[in-house]
Amino acid sequence: MSPLEILVLLPLLAALAAGLGAPARPTAIGAAAVVLVIALGLAVNFRTSIEGLVWQFESSRTLLDMPGFPKLSLAFGLDGISLVLVLLSALVLLSAVLLAPAESAIRGSSRLYYASLLLIGGGAIGAFASTDLFFLYAFHELALIPTFLMIGIFGHGENRVRTAWTITIFLGVGSLVLLVGLILAVSALGAGTFEISELLAAAANSAIDPAVQGWIFLLLLVGFGILVSLFPFHSWAAPAYAEAPAPVAMLHAGVLKKFGLYGLVRIALPLAPAGAEKWLNLVLVLLLGNILYIGLVTIAQKKLDRMLGYSSVMHMGYAFLGIAAANVVGVSGAVLLMFAHGLSIALLFGLAGWMRDRYGELDFDRFGGLAKPLPRLGLLFGFAAFASVGLPGFANFAAEVAIFFGAFAGDEAGMTWIRWATVGALWGVVISAVYMLRAYRHLFMGALPGKLEPGGDLPWSARIPLLLLLGGLLAAGFAPELLNQYIRPAVNGLFLVGAG
Amino acid sequence: MPVYFLEIIVVALGLVLLMVDAFAKLEDKRSLARLGILGLVVVFCLLFFVKAPESTEGVLWRFYAAPDKLSLFFKGLAVLSTLVVLLMAIDYTPVVLAQTARPEPGAHPQAGLGEFFALPLFACAGLMWMASANHLVSIFVSLETVSITFYILVAYMRRNVGSLEAGVKYLILGALSTGFLVYGFAWLFGATRSMELPAIAEALAAPGLDATTALFAFALILVAMAFKLGAAPFHLWIPDVYQGAPTPVTAFLSVGSKAAAAIVTLRLFSPFLGSPALADKVVAVLVAVAILTLVFGNLAALPQKNFKRLLAYSSIGHSGFLLMALASAPKDAGSMTPSTAIAFYLGAYLLMTLLAFLVIVALRPVIEGEEIDAYRGLARRSPFLAFALLVSMASLAGIPLTAGFFGKLFAFKMALDAGHWTLLAVGIVAAAAGFYYYLKIAVSMYFSDPPKSADGVAIEVGLLDKAVMALLIGLILVAGVAPGVVVGLFA
Repeated sequence: MSPLEILVLLPLLAALAAGLGAPARPTAIGAAAVVLVIALGLAVNFRTSIEGLVWQFESSRTLLDMPGFPKLSLAFGLDGISLVLVLLSALVLLSAVLLAPAESAIRGSSRLYYASLLLIGGGAIGAFASTDLFFLYAFHELALIPTFLMIGIFGHGENRVRTAWTITIFLGVGSLVLLVGLILAVSALGAGTFEISELLAAAANSAIDPAVQGWIFLLLLVGFGILVSLFPFHSWAAPAYAEAPAPVAMLHAGVLKKFGLYGLVRIALPLAPAGAEKWLNLVLVLLLGNILYIGLVTIAQKKLDRMLGYSSVMHMGYAFLGIAAANVVGVSGAVLLMFAHGLSIALLFGLAGWMRDRYGELDFDRFGGLAKPLPRLGLLFGFAAFASVGLPGFANFAAEVAIFFGAFAGDEAGMTWIRWATVGALWGVVISAVYMLRAYRHLFMGALPGKLEPGGDLPWSARIPLLLLLGGLLAAGFAPELLNQYIRPAVNGLFLVGAG
Repeated sequence: MPVYFLEIIVVALGLVLLMVDAFAKLEDKRSLARLGILGLVVVFCLLFFVKAPESTEGVLWRFYAAPDKLSLFFKGLAVLSTLVVLLMAIDYTPVVLAQTARPEPGAHPQAGLGEFFALPLFACAGLMWMASANHLVSIFVSLETVSITFYILVAYMRRNVGSLEAGVKYLILGALSTGFLVYGFAWLFGATRSMELPAIAEALAAPGLDATTALFAFALILVAMAFKLGAAPFHLWIPDVYQGAPTPVTAFLSVGSKAAAAIVTLRLFSPFLGSPALADKVVAVLVAVAILTLVFGNLAALPQKNFKRLLAYSSIGHSGFLLMALASAPKDAGSMTPSTAIAFYLGAYLLMTLLAFLVIVALRPVIEGEEIDAYRGLARRSPFLAFALLVSMASLAGIPLTAGFFGKLFAFKMALDAGHWTLLAVGIVAAAAGFYYYLKIAVSMYFSDPPKSADGVAIEVGLLDKAVMALLIGLILVAGVAPGVVVGLFA
C-alpha cells in the first residue's frame, strides 16, 4: 500500500470502526491527526521540479477491464493542485473533529456523528486524490450522503429536515447533471479508460468536436456549478450552512464544496477548452451574480450564520473568475483561493458554532461589546474576518490578487468582456469589507446588552483547532510560495496539455 | 460433475423435504427450511466443480445447453435467492401459520407448513434449468415449472384475502401469458422450422426469411415475456401480487422470477436482434417498451405509501433498465453485450432487493402491514436494520460505490453507444425519480421520530439474519467498488 492509499483509506476505516463501536471521538481525532501527518509528509516529499501533469505517489489497481467499457481502476496520485487540496482537507478535518462536541453532548448516536465527519473528510480526500474519473466522482458522492444525514439529524432549527431535503435534491440533481456530462465526455473521447491523465492526453491529441465540447462544458458547468453554489444555483447553500452542525459546515463549505471548482480546473477546462471559450460570457455574468448580487444579499443578513453562508457563496465568484481567466496566473490564484477560503470559512464557521452553542440564536441585534469580556474570541474572529475580506498577510489576499491580475491579463487591446467583469468583481472586495466589518462591529464593539451573559473566553480545546486553521492562513499569506511552488508547475502542466 | 446433476440434486432435495415432512414427525417444521438451506449451500459449492461435457452429441444437448460461465452465474443467482428466501420463510412462519387453516384438534399445530419450505426448491430447480434451456420446449417446461410453483406460493396464506386475490390475479394473467408464449412459439417454429435456439438464430439471419411471420412470433413472445418481466403495458398484476403474496414469496418473485424472465428474454430475442431483416423493427419495439416501462414504473412509485407496493413499482422500473440494455444490442464486436449488462444488473438487483426484503421480514413482528410511515425513526430503534435498508435503498437508487450504480451505468453506456437518445433522456429522468422515492425512505428512517406506538417495543434480529444482511451489504459495496469481480464470474 502506498502512503497515499493509506491516507485515503484511513478516515474511511476509522469511520467504519467508529460505526462498529470503537470509542468514537478518540478514534476520529487519532485518525484525523495521522491523516494530517501523512499529508504533510507527502507535501515535504513532493518533487516540485516536475512540470506537466505527472502524478506523484501513484498507485493503481484495476477493478474492471472488459471490452466496450472504459477501464476502471482504483487509482490515486497527486499533482500540485490536488496536493494543496488534500492538505486543506486534512487541516480542516482535524480541526472540525476537534471542535465537534464531546460524545456525551451529542443528542442521538455519537457513533453516527463521528463516523459521518470522517466519511465527509475521507470522501473529500479521496475525491482530490483520485486519478480515476469514476472514483473522483464517487468519493464526492460518498461524502455527500453523510452531509445530508448530519444536517437532517443533528442540525438545529425547526426547518432542518426541510433544509436537508433541499440540499439533497439540489446536490443530487447537480451530481446527476455532472454524471451525464462526464459520461458524455468519456464516451466522446473514446479513450477506453477513466484514467484522468490519459483522458486529458487523448483530448489534447484529438480534441472533441467543438459543438459537442459546448454541450459537455455546459453540463459540467451546471453540474459542478450547483455543487459550488454558482449563481443562480446557490439557494441551497446559506440555509444548509446555517442549520448544519458547525463541524459539517466547516467541512462542507471549507473542503467539499471545493470539489466543484477542482473539477472545473481538472476536468472541464482541459477537456473542453473550446466549450469553455464558447460559454465564457455566460460564466462571467453568473460569477458577477455571485460576487455582486449575493454580496448585497450578504450585507442584508441579520444573523451571523446565514451571513457566513452567503459570504461563502459570494467568494466562489472570485474562484470562478480565476478559472474563467484560463491562464496560469488566474487559475493558480483560483487554486490558492480554494485553500485560503477553505481555511477562513472553516475558521468562521467554527467560531460561529462555538458562539451558537453558548448563546443560542446568532441574531446580530442580540449581541454587542463581546471583545472586552472575551478578547481571544474577538481577536480570532477579527483575524478570520480580515482574512475573509482579503487583507494582505492572509492567503486570501495573495489568491485574490493573482485572480484579478490573471483575469485582467491578455494580449488583446481595450476592454474585453472579462476585463469589465474584473472591474465589477473588484467591487466585491468593498462589499465583503462592509459586511465583515459590520458583523464585527455588531458582535464585538459597543456596549454589552444587558440580557447577554458573556461567560468565559474560548477554552484551549476550541483554541487549538482554530489556531491550526489561522496558522495555515497566515503561513500561506506571508509566504504564498509555500503553496505556489506546488501549484505553479501543476497549472503550467494543465495548459501544456490543453495546448497540445 | 455434469452440470445437469445440479438440477437433479435440487429436485431430489425438494422431494426429500416433502418425505421428511410426511413421515418424520417433526416437532418444529422450520427444521425443514434449515435442511433445505444446508442442501442449497452444498449445491452452491458444487457449482464451482461443474465440468464441461466431453461431447454435446446426443438428445440431451438439444434441450440443454453446454454450461458456460453465464448460465452457471444464473444458476448461482437462483440458488442464492432461494437460499435467502428460505431464510426469510423461517422468520415469516408465524404469519403463514396465522393465515392458513386452523389445524384439527389432535393434528400437528404446524400442519400444512412443510410445503411452504419445499416448493421454493422446485422453483429453484426450474430457474436453474431455465439458465441452460436452449430449446423452445425446455424453455417452456422450465418456465412453467417455476410459474406453477409460484401460483401456489402466492396464494399460500389461504385465510388471507389479499393473498388469495393476488393468487387469482397471478394465475389468470399468468395462464393468459403462457397462452401467448405457446402461440408465439408456434409461429416461430412456422417461420424457422426449428425449435432449437441455435438453428432458429441461423434461420432468422438467413436471407429469404418470411419477415412478417417472424415478427408476428416476436410480438406474441414479447407479450408473454413482458408479462413475466413486469414490463409496461403488461405490468398491471405486479403491485397487487407483490403486496398480497407472503413477503418471502414476493422477494422470490421479484428476484428469481425476474432473473428467469430476463435470461429467457435474452435467449429468445438475441436471434431476432441478430437478424438483419428484423433487427431494426425489433429494436424499435423494445425501445418503446423500455421507455413505457421506465416512465410508468418510476413515476407510479413516487406516491406509494406501502413499502411492498413501492418495491413492486421499483421492480417494474428496474425491468425498464434491463430492457434498455437489451434494446441496445451492439452491431459490431468488441462492444459491451446485453448479456453482460443484464447479468450484472440482475446480480446487483438480487443483492439489494433481497436485502430490503430481509429487513421487511425482520421487522414484520413489530411493523404490521409494511406501511412506509411505520419505518419512521427506525435509525433510532435499530441502527443496524436502518443502515442495511439505507444501503439497499442507495443501491436501488443507483448511488455510486454500490452495485446498483454500475448496473445502471452499464445500461446507460449501452444506450449511449447505440445512440438511443430519447431512451437515454427518459432513463435519466427515471433514475432521478428513483433517487427521490428511495431516499424518501432513508429520510423517514433517519430524520423523523419513531411513531408513538413504537415506544418500548424492542426490535430483535436473529444472528443468522444479521450475518446474511451483513454479507449482502458487503457484497453490494464490493460490487460497487470493484465491479470487475462480478463481471469476472460470468464473462
